[in-house]
Order: sequence, then C-alpha cells, then structure tokens
Amino acid sequence: MTARHSKRRRSVLGPVLRHATLLVLAALTLLPFLWMVSTSLKGPDEILVADIHWWPRNFSAAENYGAAFRMAPLGRYLLNGALVTATILVLQLVVALPAAFALAKSEFRGRKALFAIVLFGLLVPYHVIAVPLFVSLHAAGLLNTYAALVTPFSISVFGIFLMRQFFLSVPSDLVDAARMDGMSEFAIVWRVMAPAALPAISSFAVFSVVAHWNDYFWPLIAVSSDALFTPPLGVVAFRNDDAGTHYGPLMAAATIIVLPLVAAFLLAQRRFIEGIAFTGIK
Amino acid sequence: MTNAVLISGASPVPSTGKRRRPHEEVASWFLVAPAASLILLLLILPLAAVLGLSFTDYQLGARAWSYVGAANYAALANDPVFWRSVGNTATYAVFVVLGSTGLGLGVALMLGRSSLLTQVWRTVFFLPVMGSLIAMAIVWEFMLHPTFGLINAALGLVGFAPVNWLQNGDTALGVLAVIGIWQQFGFNMVLFLAGLSGIPQSLHDAAEMDGAALAWDRFQLVTWPLLAPVTLFVVVISTIRSFQVFDTVHALTKGGPNKATEVLLYTMYAEGFEFFRTGYAAAIAVVFVMAMLLLTLAKVFIAEKRIHSQ
Repeated sequence: MTARHSKRRRSVLGPVLRHATLLVLAALTLLPFLWMVSTSLKGPDEILVADIHWWPRNFSAAENYGAAFRMAPLGRYLLNGALVTATILVLQLVVALPAAFALAKSEFRGRKALFAIVLFGLLVPYHVIAVPLFVSLHAAGLLNTYAALVTPFSISVFGIFLMRQFFLSVPSDLVDAARMDGMSEFAIVWRVMAPAALPAISSFAVFSVVAHWNDYFWPLIAVSSDALFTPPLGVVAFRNDDAGTHYGPLMAAATIIVLPLVAAFLLAQRRFIEGIAFTGIK
Repeated sequence: MTNAVLISGASPVPSTGKRRRPHEEVASWFLVAPAASLILLLLILPLAAVLGLSFTDYQLGARAWSYVGAANYAALANDPVFWRSVGNTATYAVFVVLGSTGLGLGVALMLGRSSLLTQVWRTVFFLPVMGSLIAMAIVWEFMLHPTFGLINAALGLVGFAPVNWLQNGDTALGVLAVIGIWQQFGFNMVLFLAGLSGIPQSLHDAAEMDGAALAWDRFQLVTWPLLAPVTLFVVVISTIRSFQVFDTVHALTKGGPNKATEVLLYTMYAEGFEFFRTGYAAAIAVVFVMAMLLLTLAKVFIAEKRIHSQ
C-alpha cells in the first residue's frame, strides 16, 4: 500500500481485502468437509465422472446412508467408540483426581519423586511403549478385547498434572476447614475439590475425548476383529473392503463418523477451543 | 492464591498446611496408590522393557531370544530405509511446521478484534482439528483420485494434466504435508489468538503515534517481538506433532511409493507389528523417544520461560 492512499480509503479497503482473504482460506479449509457431504448425497453415475458439480442431480442420500449402515456395522463402531472413550475418561478421572489432590494439598513422603515421574511421563508419547504393551497384552491373552483398547490409557499423567495445577489455586483454607469438620481425605476429593474443579475437568474431558475418539494407532495394534472396531478403524476397514467404486456410501460413512465430534464442537465451541488451547501444553 | 494467603495470614488459627501429620500421610498414600501403581505398570516398566528389548533379537511369538548388544542399533545405522525414514520425517516436519505456523499466525492476525464474523471464521478454521483425521484422510484420498478426483478436475479446468498425487514419488510426501497443514493450522491459530489477546492495544497506539503508520511497521515493532515466546512454543509443539505423523501414511500410502513417504512411526509400526521384528522396532522406538525428549525438553523450557515472563 503506497503513501498516496488516504487513510480513510485504506480503512475501507483493508477490512474488505482481509475478509476476502479469509473467505478464500475458509473455503479451502471447508472443501474436504463440503465435498464429503456433497458426494454422500450423489448417485453413483454422477460420482465417477471427472466434472465438478456440488449439488446432486440424482439425490441419493437415502441410498448412500442406507448402504453405509448395511455394508458395515457403523452403529456398532460408533457405540464402541463411545464406550471406549467414556470408559477411558472415567478411569482417568477416578485415578487422577485423588492423586492430583494429594500432590497439590498434602505433605507425604515420596511426593516430590511422584511429581517428578509425572513430569517425566509428560515427555513420552505413548507410541514409544506400544511394543511392550502389545507384548504383555498378548502374553496376558487380552489382545483383541475392550480391555486392550482401554487399559493403556487408564492412567493419564497429563490429567494428574492439569488437575494438580488447578488444585494449587484452590485456597488451602477450604481444605483445612473440611479436615477440621472431620471429612475424610477421600470425601474432600470428591465432595469439595471435584465440584470446584469442574472447569478444569471439562477442559480435560474435551482433550481426552477428542484424542481417544480419533486415535488410530493404538486400536490398529490392539484389536483385529470387526466387532471391536472403533470409528477410525471402522472407516478404514470400510474403505478397504469396498475398494474403488462405492464412493457414495464411503463418504456417507465418513460423514457419520466425523459428525458426532463436529456437532459437539459446533454446540459448545468456546468450551472446546478453550479446552484444546489450554491443554495445548501437552 | 493471594486471597488465600491474606486470609490465612490474618486468621488466629495457624494453618497446618505444611506440617506433616501421620494420618494425612497414610491417607495421601491411599490417594496416590492407584495412580502410582498404574504409572509404574503402564509407563515405567514398559519404557524399561523397550530399552531392554532393543538389545535383544526378540521376535514376537518366538520361543527363544538372546542378548545381541548394540546389534540392532548398528543395523539401524546401516539401514537405508531407516535413514530414508528419518529424512522423510524431517522434510515432512519442516513443511508442516512452517506451513501450519505461518498460516496459523497469518489467520490469527487477520481475525483481529472480536466480532460475530470473527467467531464464524475461527470456528471454520478450527473444524479440521475436530474432524477425525483418519476419516478426513479418506476424503482427501477421494479428492486426490487420479481420474475422478476433485483436485485433478479443478486443475484440468485451467489446463493442467492429471497427476496421480499419492502414487507419485515426487508428490506423495508433499500431499501428506498439505493434509498435515490443513489439519493443524487451526490449532496454532487458537494459540496465537490467545497470545495476541495478551498484547495491549495501547502499545499499538503508542507505536502509531511514534510514527509507525503502516500495519506492517507496527507488526514488526510491537506484535512480532511480543509474540516471540508464543511463536517459539507453537513451533516446538508443531514439530512434536509432525514427528508423530502416522495416520495419513498408514491409510493413504503405506510408506510408498518406493519408500517416498516412509516416516519414523510408520517404520516402527511395520517392523514391530507387520514383520514382528520386536527388538528392531524397540531400537527405533528408543531413537524416536530420544528425539521426542529433546524436543519436549525444549518445549518445557520455553513454557517455563513464558510463564515466568508473564
């Protein structure tokens, strides 16, 4: 922009240019989502052609989505995903909250060592220990079970870390008062601290659910039978089984698997974005 | 925090927070016991096992195995596939880090002050972070289809010949990087938006009064230096995430064509879970975790500095 432009002219042109650029970027970002939904509504004769049209001429939503559910147990995959994700989250919270409370608000021998181990655990991506986890689950005869999908994630050092940081900011007087009232430490965790920590818990829940709903690496290793597939495994299996031609049902299946999280995100954007951003430390 | 300190300072009963009491000690052990045992069982022991396995010739399902010293590491050092994998991972990381950081920062700067429209944009750019990457990878595969794909059809309109993007050794890794950028930049945008909201408008006004009339001048003078810690943080996080690329490779290219998209996690997966060379896979895992540790230590160091400087 040169000096000849007056200030007022720039202040009109600037925002227009800015939003035009954003519009183009937004269109490119949405492209795969829109093309997925558009294809899931088209008939087979208009998919396998090399022209571009967005609106289906031969509206085939019922056929494609019906076929998707007929050709693969999509409902089962979704249910597996929900079950596995929910179990992981509950276990993580049940294990992490008491430990985080003790680390933040109690004095006991080994506290510093435990916290150091938690910090060290934050540095290790789980992919690295997949080999021994696989070997031991194999030895225990637990491969290809729900337990194999859930067990490695029953502990979240990140959850402990996040909750400890939050508990540090809760006034110690609250804890002391509860102790003087004769509440047990266990009761303090679940009846005093947990309710106070709901914002942190919901941030962690978003982080955990998004990570495990979308996880592909571990389920790929841990289970092999169709009945235990989580949504990511299911959609890949669907693609492999019907290689090539059935793009309508395939895109319908992808839409169904992407939909739950995207819908949850659109309904609670602020919570999700904050949850992901604050847990971005991980 | 400060409130709590003030209150306990003024209260006639001294706080017992720091004194060790036997009852509290035992109760605390009960509270941490589940977490401590699971950390031992599912993190520490497996890590020790990875290290141990990397010095053996163990193959999954084999009855016998023996200690082979550093033989796996020596084999790695002489394995062209491994070095190809390291090179591809680094190349992928450079593209994705530059792309997703640049785009994330650019979009965050353009979004600027909060309005309804801004929130719409933010939602759109964050959407790929939420969508299951593996499902969206399959959509990308369809868009990149050599004959029926949207991309080739669009390029055909402006006169380009069709390209078999994922089967061509010259384009496959680049295409995976584009998918990586597409998926990650919205996440970086959110981190940059948080960083930008911490820069007071008064600094921009002051810079403008001091003669920084153009937005670019104010960016150089105020935004960029103040955003530097956030930028560094984003770069390290993006590097760590890029090093962990696996889903798109496994679903779309299987490391091919001709090892053009072979990346570290995929090599480890193939060795450990397809060829069942467990010891060898463990050695790759050890190398991988070393790289991760270095990157993450850099991240923690930066995060500490960022927290202390605020």
